[in-house]
Amino acid sequence: MTGYEEIILDHWRHPRNKGRLPDATGSAVEANPLCGDVVRIEVKVEGEVLAAARFTGEGCAISLASASILTELVEGKPVAEVEKLTDEDLLAALGGVVKTRLSCALLPLRALRKALAAHPPPR
Amino acid sequence: MDERIRNDFPILDRTVHGEPLVYLDSAATSMKPRPVIEAEAHFYRESYANVRRGVYALAAEANERYEEARAKVASFIGAQPGEVVFTRGTTEALNLAAWGLGEARVEPGDEILVTEMEHHANLLPWQETARRRGARLAAAAVTPGGTLDLEDLRAKLSRRTRVLALAHVSNVLGTVNPVAAVAAEAHRVGAIVVLDAAQSVPHMPVNVGELEVDLLAFSGHKMLGPTGIGVLWGRADLLAELPPLLTGGEMVREVWLNWATWDDPPARFEGGTPPIAQAVGLGAAVDYLTRIGMEAVRRHGEELTARALDELLARPHVTVYGPRDPGARGALVAFSLAGIHPHDVATLLDQEGIAIRAGHHCAQPLHRRFGIPASCRASFHVYNTLDEVERFVSALDRVWEALR
Repeated sequence: MTGYEEIILDHWRHPRNKGRLPDATGSAVEANPLCGDVVRIEVKVEGEVLAAARFTGEGCAISLASASILTELVEGKPVAEVEKLTDEDLLAALGGVVKTRLSCALLPLRALRKALAAHPPPR
Repeated sequence: MDERIRNDFPILDRTVHGEPLVYLDSAATSMKPRPVIEAEAHFYRESYANVRRGVYALAAEANERYEEARAKVASFIGAQPGEVVFTRGTTEALNLAAWGLGEARVEPGDEILVTEMEHHANLLPWQETARRRGARLAAAAVTPGGTLDLEDLRAKLSRRTRVLALAHVSNVLGTVNPVAAVAAEAHRVGAIVVLDAAQSVPHMPVNVGELEVDLLAFSGHKMLGPTGIGVLWGRADLLAELPPLLTGGEMVREVWLNWATWDDPPARFEGGTPPIAQAVGLGAAVDYLTRIGMEAVRRHGEELTARALDELLARPHVTVYGPRDPGARGALVAFSLAGIHPHDVATLLDQEGIAIRAGHHCAQPLHRRFGIPASCRASFHVYNTLDEVERFVSALDRVWEALR
């Protein structure tokens, strides 16, 4: 069996940045009612930098691993750079995802974009 | 089941991800045997024209083929041709039933009773009818074992119940509901009984007389026939009472600028050019299933389901939903692996060429009832083999090893 990429299994079994951010500056939940996947992304923006990102969620291995990988990818980066992160960037970081599961893989990124947009950093 | 049957389904020769296709999603839609594909193509090549009212020979021939198909379907379910309405599928058939009964029989303050195990196609039309007519929608409960809670159903039937709409076979639990008994109780309070037979007619002998229901819906594409064709069967006197859902060409008698008179059933409910070639294809599917024999189809489905149930129930990490007895089930098994999302199971099985469904199978309230967002489902038809069930189960073991 080909199975999932090792990076997905690793992040699914050992999620990074899982939890809540009590002092978050932005937060958003995205869900896919079709399969029950729910991901909450919380971010803390300090000045121009996304200082911290955490996730909680329930769902399939791909959506949860993607959330873990995404938070690692963006933490400590300038917000302007995070905002430019494309779907393809995230999919590449996941090592590729079968096309039937793209919506699972991209759910956390949708939540991150909403979290950033909902609470724009202070000027 | 005869090995030659499998050879009638050309698509089963193909591979997926380099592996021979093991197609276990027939409850969603079934594959098509050569005679069905050929019947439709032959009709387009040789006898095609629009039906009804054509004066030329070719139109008359097309109409004959269309009406022959109706007669075949009628005899397949023990009905009269005049009681068989062609629709696009079960969904349209149930919408037609809900619309028509809503107009003809449901008043404000009345009740419509469904069950917790309904497919959305047998729930949303009744929600809409209840909303439109100011009626109340109630749902009979499902027991933890996945059967209909008959006590609850009885308690919810009342003199105000105008309609009882239920599935013959649950598309998730597989449960075969005791339709005749339930229908008798519903009739006692004067309710009309509407049966969603999408998962029964393709897999077991179904006789509308024995079931004692008033309206019954099913799809062609789940019974080896084409997509875009389905059936609403109805008692002739009840059909005569119902208004059409679709108005337009081919369903009227007399049309003036401000009014029109409807044709009799079944034409009244077949506004517009119907799916003619698809009806012919469905006729061929009925012939094909009749040659095998629906008793044999049922036995084969039970045999595969029994094996799948045995294997799945023997694994402590597998939860099976619905009855344990294959005789009390349709040819499908819904299940889940502990701690693993159904979509992960289905994606990994797909990599071995095994196609199962994962999701809520258009039954969100039922999944909520069991406290799960989704489930996996393996379902069978005449072309599946015990060997495929074994391949599925051993692949499932590899999924468990990879993800546990």
